Amino acid sequence: MTQTAAKRTAASVRQATARNGAPTPARRRGKVGQEKTSWTTMVILFLCAITVILPLYVTISMSLKSTSQAVDGNAFSLPAPIDFSGFAQAWELTNFPVAFTISLLVTAGTVVGTVILASLASYAIVRNWDRRFFRWSFFYLLAAMFLPFPVVALPQIQLTGLTGLANPAGVTILHIMFQLSFSILLFTAFLRSIPLELEESARIDGATTWQTFRQLIFPLLAPMSATVAIFAFLASWNDFMMPSLIIADSAQQTLPVVQSIFQTQFSNNYNVSFASYLMAMAPAIVVYLFTQRWVMEGVTQGAVKG
Amino acid sequence: MSTPVTTAAASAGALVDEAEHGKVDHLAGTRHDRRGRTRVDPIYYWFLVPTLVIFTLAITVPAVLGIFYSFTNFIGFGDWEFIGFTNYVAAFSDPAILASYGFTFGFAIVTVLLVNVIAFLLAVGLTAKIRLKAGLRAVFVIPMVISGIVIAYVFNFLFSNSVPALGSSLGIPWLSESILANPDLAWLSIVIVTAWQTIPATLLIYIAGLLSIPGEVYEAADIDGAGAMRRLWSVTLPLVSGYVVINMILGFKNYLNVYDVIIGLTNGGPGTSTRSIAMTIFTGFTGGDYAYQMANATMFFIIAVAISVLQLRITRGKAAI
Repeated sequence: MTQTAAKRTAASVRQATARNGAPTPARRRGKVGQEKTSWTTMVILFLCAITVILPLYVTISMSLKSTSQAVDGNAFSLPAPIDFSGFAQAWELTNFPVAFTISLLVTAGTVVGTVILASLASYAIVRNWDRRFFRWSFFYLLAAMFLPFPVVALPQIQLTGLTGLANPAGVTILHIMFQLSFSILLFTAFLRSIPLELEESARIDGATTWQTFRQLIFPLLAPMSATVAIFAFLASWNDFMMPSLIIADSAQQTLPVVQSIFQTQFSNNYNVSFASYLMAMAPAIVVYLFTQRWVMEGVTQGAVKG
Repeated sequence: MSTPVTTAAASAGALVDEAEHGKVDHLAGTRHDRRGRTRVDPIYYWFLVPTLVIFTLAITVPAVLGIFYSFTNFIGFGDWEFIGFTNYVAAFSDPAILASYGFTFGFAIVTVLLVNVIAFLLAVGLTAKIRLKAGLRAVFVIPMVISGIVIAYVFNFLFSNSVPALGSSLGIPWLSESILANPDLAWLSIVIVTAWQTIPATLLIYIAGLLSIPGEVYEAADIDGAGAMRRLWSVTLPLVSGYVVINMILGFKNYLNVYDVIIGLTNGGPGTSTRSIAMTIFTGFTGGDYAYQMANATMFFIIAVAISVLQLRITRGKAAI
């Protein structure tokens, strides 16, 4: 009974926020003589775009060459004929399935952990803002934003070693903790914009705090959760510094660290090394292609919203 | 960690303002405490306290422990005793540490200027009247999602094979050798790859800034007969100055942590010419200099805090954006 009431409110509000949630700044530049497409600008932008694409093109084309073709040093030539043996060798040499699974587990754990812990904490903080404990907790958690990882790296290496966390699980915990500040900042800003009347109607129907959060607030937070999740994903998937220092056993390393471990073994088999690089970067690019809007909005919200 | 994460820092200033107003969010409740306030539902503590505990164990304890050890002669294991500020005094005159600060700050300053100029101009282009706007923007953001060390390895290949090949075919002597092997030029490769990777986040913030400028301003400038360059310099730039400040500070803070890209390109070399502060600190783990490098890390922390305080003061002043 109370559950359906909460859900119904959540659905209607979600529709409302979907309509108003993402304000698209109206752009009016109705200027005389400026209505035409600026082709000069476009040519310059296309030239700049090439510098973005070129390293990616080289990565793909090198990975599809045969070893003898890759070693001739011409990075920009097309692979002829296309040869997938680089991928097979990289897969075997770096034990790709293991590294991929570990990277995936660390990243998934970071994403889920960040979204859950940050949203719960933010909800508690915003709803009890008049209490000193919750207010101070907010600033305490936010302070980590001013703490660069290298500053705490040595003690963290020492402590994870002592507590049996010098492994991917330890890295997951640290990734979550370093994502908290940014995520709580986004969640609290969003929570403050949700009108309290909504919750009151659910409360009158007898919903507990947990039910209200689970069925009303958390669904409402979905757009912010998406942003938080994507940034947690990118930070965790691409991180090199932390896993390389924290994870003691090199057989349990994440994909970016594996690339550095196998540098010497790749030697001049450039097709193998580039196939390995491509397999390490592809998942993030694929995720980006499907979540472009959130990625772009997230950067702006993170920097400008307050 | 990666770039976008740190971009949030700027908004902390605005939040502090909001915090001081103390928004009171009471829910309809029946029970009150002595001061007449609604009693806090205990479950709120369950929402927050476990996170606080893990956070304290994972971040606060190591930070305090590290600063504590910086006043000892601890080598990472075994016995230790207090030695006061000895580590700090020694670090101040250690050429290796001073060189890493010199390199890192120089690198950060050059990179932040380069990145902001390019990102600003790209943002102006991407908000002008052009076709394929969304597609171009999507392409420019791609570098942001790629692992720093992996793309550094790709560039490593280009710098050591393709660029010298190009240089020798064009007959340019300094380009025909790998710049990674040249102690005077290796840092440039780190600037280039870092810029390549971090321009997207800066660019997106500038685009948001440019889109916030009302069209009327440009109409007025047109009526006054301002040309394109004049408009850019006297209208656009002053109006996005808040964004420029944010981008500069966030970028600078981020570049001070440079590590991944260096590992992928030069590994600190040739010699130690491109060794960053982070790399020097990490030598404390393998080199038996734990306490000594913690003194270094503590100094680095103080600098990071100082920059953050500066950032808060400036962004609070510019709360308008």
